[in-house]
Amino acid sequence: MNEVRRQTLAVLVDNEAGVLSQVSRLFSRKGYNIESLAVGTTDDPLVSRITIEVLGDDDQIKLLSNQLGKLFPVHSIKVLTPEKSIRRELVLFKVRAATGEKRNEIIQIANIFRANIIDVAIGSLTLAMIGDEGKIDAIQKLLEEFEVLELVRTGVVALERGQDTIYDETKEKGEFNYGKNVL
Amino acid sequence: MKMTGAKILMECLIEQGVDTIFGYPGGTILNVYDELYSYGDKVKHVLTSHEQGAAHAADGYARSTGKVGVCFATSGPGATNLVTGIATAHMDSSPVVFISCNVGENLIGKDSFQEVDITGITMPITKCNYLVRDVNKLADVVREAFAIARSGRPGPVFIDILKNVTANKAEFEPLPKEEHFSNGSLKELMQRSSQNFQPPKPDEKDIGTLIDMIKASKKPLLICGGGVVRGRAQEEFTEFAEKIDAPVAITLMGGGGFKGRNPLTTGMVGMHGTKASNMACNECDLMIAVGCRFSDRVALDPESFASQAKIVHIDIDRAEINKNVKTTHHIVGDAKRVLSILNKSITQQHHDEWKEYVFSFPTETEYDEYDNLLTPKQILSAIAELCPQDTIVSTDVGQHQMWAIQHFHFDYPGQLLTSGGFGTMGFGLGAAIGAKVGNPEKTVIHITGDGSFRMNCNELATEEHYDIPVITFIFNNKTLGMVRQWQTLIYDKHYSQTTLTHGPDFVKLAEAYGLKGRRVSTEAALRDAIKDALESGHGYVIDCVIDTDEMVRPMVGGGSHITKFIV
Repeated sequence: MNEVRRQTLAVLVDNEAGVLSQVSRLFSRKGYNIESLAVGTTDDPLVSRITIEVLGDDDQIKLLSNQLGKLFPVHSIKVLTPEKSIRRELVLFKVRAATGEKRNEIIQIANIFRANIIDVAIGSLTLAMIGDEGKIDAIQKLLEEFEVLELVRTGVVALERGQDTIYDETKEKGEFNYGKNVL
Repeated sequence: MKMTGAKILMECLIEQGVDTIFGYPGGTILNVYDELYSYGDKVKHVLTSHEQGAAHAADGYARSTGKVGVCFATSGPGATNLVTGIATAHMDSSPVVFISCNVGENLIGKDSFQEVDITGITMPITKCNYLVRDVNKLADVVREAFAIARSGRPGPVFIDILKNVTANKAEFEPLPKEEHFSNGSLKELMQRSSQNFQPPKPDEKDIGTLIDMIKASKKPLLICGGGVVRGRAQEEFTEFAEKIDAPVAITLMGGGGFKGRNPLTTGMVGMHGTKASNMACNECDLMIAVGCRFSDRVALDPESFASQAKIVHIDIDRAEINKNVKTTHHIVGDAKRVLSILNKSITQQHHDEWKEYVFSFPTETEYDEYDNLLTPKQILSAIAELCPQDTIVSTDVGQHQMWAIQHFHFDYPGQLLTSGGFGTMGFGLGAAIGAKVGNPEKTVIHITGDGSFRMNCNELATEEHYDIPVITFIFNNKTLGMVRQWQTLIYDKHYSQTTLTHGPDFVKLAEAYGLKGRRVSTEAALRDAIKDALESGHGYVIDCVIDTDEMVRPMVGGGSHITKFIV
């Protein structure tokens, strides 16, 4: 299967100035646009984890991860396939709620999607929701009916299913049957 | 013992065995140069005319000696003048450590005088770069930089040090080079990034697969790339080629990796490759490429390139596998090590019929001769005949570069210094100076064109200053020959901005720099000039007049099928 699709790369790097730009410049210089990017520290404060989504086929992703492996601040790289990983993104929506009736409708939608209302004002509501891409697209479509005033997404973060981690690629695999795609 | 950053830097360089530095001082790097003053008996510093010359000289030094080259520059324009030199070293995997100083901590980010974000600028053209803001980290950084520059696939590393760091004091513990990997930050780097320092041990199964492929092959072809030169794997490569009895095509960067006089050599491959090399690429059934990256000047059209053959790629850099050309099989590893393992397990093969076929095509180009003008071949034959066989040849970029590589037979890695990947006009003179400094016992010649020479001829001053006897041969056709060749063949003879009829008198120019020069247009005069140059033992410029419309032949157009010769 070698079609162009959204691919997720998890990269552990030194938590130092300039490293993120080194990683992101590698993508642009090899001709890829970063579709989504999320960065944060890990349990080790000296190490950051970057989750990057790009469009590419499997061969291209292999080449990209080989190139990433040449950057000295990069500790490890893992390609996370959709089948074998859980992916989540946090999104905040500020939606117009002109009347009480509209507000109730929005709250109903929020309940169905298990989104949280985190701010209420006279003319608007702000919702926070965690989910994968499909779920976020679905709620966004519904909320657009009420007019989305502003929206912000954190970028996708992802972890591999089961007990495999990015720290040890060759570790004996003992698949656990947990982590089904729960809403 | 507590020392200033500048002294720590010098001590670290001594630790690495550095005895030669090319560079140019300036405001921010003054502390370092002040320290260098008292290291005069241990370290030779070569002051060039321009930082670019220093960068190329350090590169030429590294390529010819196999050691890590070192280059100093000041902040701002000093650092940016290095950029072309760094990119040149990066494209050709040459190990050079560039060190510049930036403005002090209190001035950083304020657009101060001669301030520039050089680590940002050089990020894509270095293996790794550093901005040192803390004197306590300086020793670790320098040790890391040298290890990175020379390990794995070699390449340039840049260190930018803040001026105050060179004055601040820190505790310095001397550490022998062998112990660097087991101490400090290099130890940690080794633990998590060891594949970048020690190429993986070749997998036995992979070796076995390749041996089966070789045994099954009727028409094998070997490609000798720059990796054989950088890995100093000539001996192993030659044994391998002779054992599998295959013709060897050599890339531009592979010159010297396999003896040019070996009967298995088909000559250069690619855009200006010989008919024998290019036809062999198109008809072999197994292509084993060692240390080459299938650039667009070799695999002109990656789709059709050797598409009939199984391609096996042996390279130290995992990221090169399947990058430009899809391969059937690959082995990641150091050329020397992989080839010596292969040599142990392969039995003698015979491919007389295939060799006879390949060598029925010419491995050299014949050029016309004129009465009052020299031909490239005449010049190069005279040089080859009169100069010692181990002469180091440095070139610039253009027609003269291709002619030199087509006609010279390079015998050992590091004998040919040329900007292959980046194609930097003006590389040659600096590189030749660096090579002569690193190899004082050898004759070093610089082959250039009138266009390339005009770019960085200011380094003649360096030659004179330190009495570095480099002999420069200018292939003077009063035009930017290679561009003109494209204009003739592809752009309807529109000679747009390529005529150099108003150039300087190179003989007088040489004299102005305090060197000897001669203009020659006959073979007899040329031979006489070469003898004079060799005898003089000083820098010398020989201006060889050649025909404006002389072309490099054969030629395959960019992106075309490798056997589609247009001349």
